[in-house]
Amino acid sequence: MTDATVNALSGPKGPKPKKVFSSTNIIIYGTLFVVCMYYLLPLYVMIVTSLKGMPEIRLGNIFSPPVEVTYEPWVKAWAEACTGINCDGLSRGFWNSVWILIPSVFLSIAIASVNGYALANWKFKGSEVFFTILIFGAFIPYQVMIYPIVILLRESGDGITAFIRIFNSDADNFRLMGSLWGLVIVHTIFGMPILTLLFRNYFTSVPEELFKAARVDGAGFWGIYFRIMLPMSLPIFVVAMILQVTGIWNDFLFGVIYTKPDTYPMTVQLNNIVNSVQGIKEYNVNMAATLLTGLVPLVIYFASGKLFVRGIAAGAVKG
Amino acid sequence: MAVTDTGRMDVGAKRPSRLFKNMTAKIAAIPMIATALVVFIGCTAWTIYHSFTRSRLLPAPDKWTGLQNYDRLWSENRWLVSIENLAIFGSCSLVLSLVIGFILAALLDRKIRFENTIRTIILYPFALSFVVTGLVWQWLLNPDLGLQNVVRSWGWETFTFDPLNNADIVIYGILIAGIWQGSGFVMVLMLAGMRGIDEDVWKASRVEGIPTWKTYIFIVIPMMRPVFVTALVIISAGIIKVYDLVVAQTSGGPGIASEVPAKYVIDKMFGSQNLGLGFAASTMMLLSVLVVLIPWAYLEFGGKKER
Repeated sequence: MTDATVNALSGPKGPKPKKVFSSTNIIIYGTLFVVCMYYLLPLYVMIVTSLKGMPEIRLGNIFSPPVEVTYEPWVKAWAEACTGINCDGLSRGFWNSVWILIPSVFLSIAIASVNGYALANWKFKGSEVFFTILIFGAFIPYQVMIYPIVILLRESGDGITAFIRIFNSDADNFRLMGSLWGLVIVHTIFGMPILTLLFRNYFTSVPEELFKAARVDGAGFWGIYFRIMLPMSLPIFVVAMILQVTGIWNDFLFGVIYTKPDTYPMTVQLNNIVNSVQGIKEYNVNMAATLLTGLVPLVIYFASGKLFVRGIAAGAVKG
Repeated sequence: MAVTDTGRMDVGAKRPSRLFKNMTAKIAAIPMIATALVVFIGCTAWTIYHSFTRSRLLPAPDKWTGLQNYDRLWSENRWLVSIENLAIFGSCSLVLSLVIGFILAALLDRKIRFENTIRTIILYPFALSFVVTGLVWQWLLNPDLGLQNVVRSWGWETFTFDPLNNADIVIYGILIAGIWQGSGFVMVLMLAGMRGIDEDVWKASRVEGIPTWKTYIFIVIPMMRPVFVTALVIISAGIIKVYDLVVAQTSGGPGIASEVPAKYVIDKMFGSQNLGLGFAASTMMLLSVLVVLIPWAYLEFGGKKER
């Protein structure tokens, strides 16, 4: 609409300026406003509820802003809320999630980027076949593979224990099933299809001359990967990281199945706190806990902006 | 690569085996190969095989029972309810998210102000987990303190909107939450598709005097067919996996009214120690994915060959 003023100064030129308050515009902006309200409402209610005391919640309506702002629900959700016999709040789940997240993100991206690189630049016989299996694997419901993976993790944990005992006969049992490392492996496996696709497509678009020049200069597989591909593709690594951090943080299914109560990730613990049958429902604590769990992906989402969109679009656009 | 130096000597010597060609890449791809073969193929085959055995507490590969698990599965009320819920939830959320996603994308495509802000607002639920989504909507739909209570306090005393405690409509309560979470994603896909349409198409339709809405329906939608297909495949793959949303929002209740197949499988395998039924149910899930996936792959790869 700034065009209008420019046009007025320089005489009649270009298309006829549109009216700002045309009926079409009112409909468009009106609809979008209502839509935005609908999408924002739950976030608003979460924040408002988490800042109220329980008496106020019982009397008032869920949309009204808190009369008396209290941070107690947040403190309680973080440090005191109970799941079963543990009463140390969501903080335990938060740190579990962090310790799951860091190695999972690192390992899954490291492996998938090397896969993508091998698929893009070092094709070997059968590489495309494995890639196709991988992409189709992304569509197999997790429920189909979950139980055999439990067995695989248990058996390989036993195998590793036996291996360690060769050197140190009274070593402790090494467990993959029920431990953080088991979950890290599972996240690496199920993150692989989408990430490999992402990296393969990106590396394919890197000019081949660059790769050939490095080959002529005598660089090998790893040399080219670390010296050329890695520094050139930092944006795609950031996209992959956003994708994995939100995905792994939000995971619930794998957390429930492959960990034990004291290693539960935050989402599982949140669900146990809110949906526990015992005691009185403290809705303000529940909402504070829910917000706390949603905070990490939300911060990443709002901070990363367009990269997040690129990340999810990368998942959708096939190569 | 040492071959180049000794090239002349190689004439008489044995050629290096093809297996060792490109060896580093092959070693580096071992995790991928292992995942593809052991997990995606191996584990899937394992589950399918064991769905034909009498596995209860432990897998029993030698107790072959044929289709007995499938018989029991399809005669169990809870499974039938799960399938019915999935059908309702699936078809509704497919249609709704495609329609809503398209309309929102079309509105954002009208060269409006604050496009980025609005897109950010519509997409943010997608960053949240299903657990968070389920719990928020559980609270919003709370009959005593949530939306219903607010509308009643405005003076409409008989207003009833309590889907989470009504077995007949509980699945729609979950649907509302699911749409809230996922429609932004569809919108982003659609918007990307619309941006890919040539500006000349719009100019041509304006010259012809075709109304905007007609251009969208008769020109833009047919041109965006690939985007619709992609969205369709992604949404349906997601729908079949729906698990955490239900667990968080209703835990399958009231009674078994909001059970879904994904939850059925997990409960049978890890809750009620009936592995055989769980395997059979998960094989049915796989089958339903294949029903969507195979035609899509056929179209996708069949089309590529023609080009």
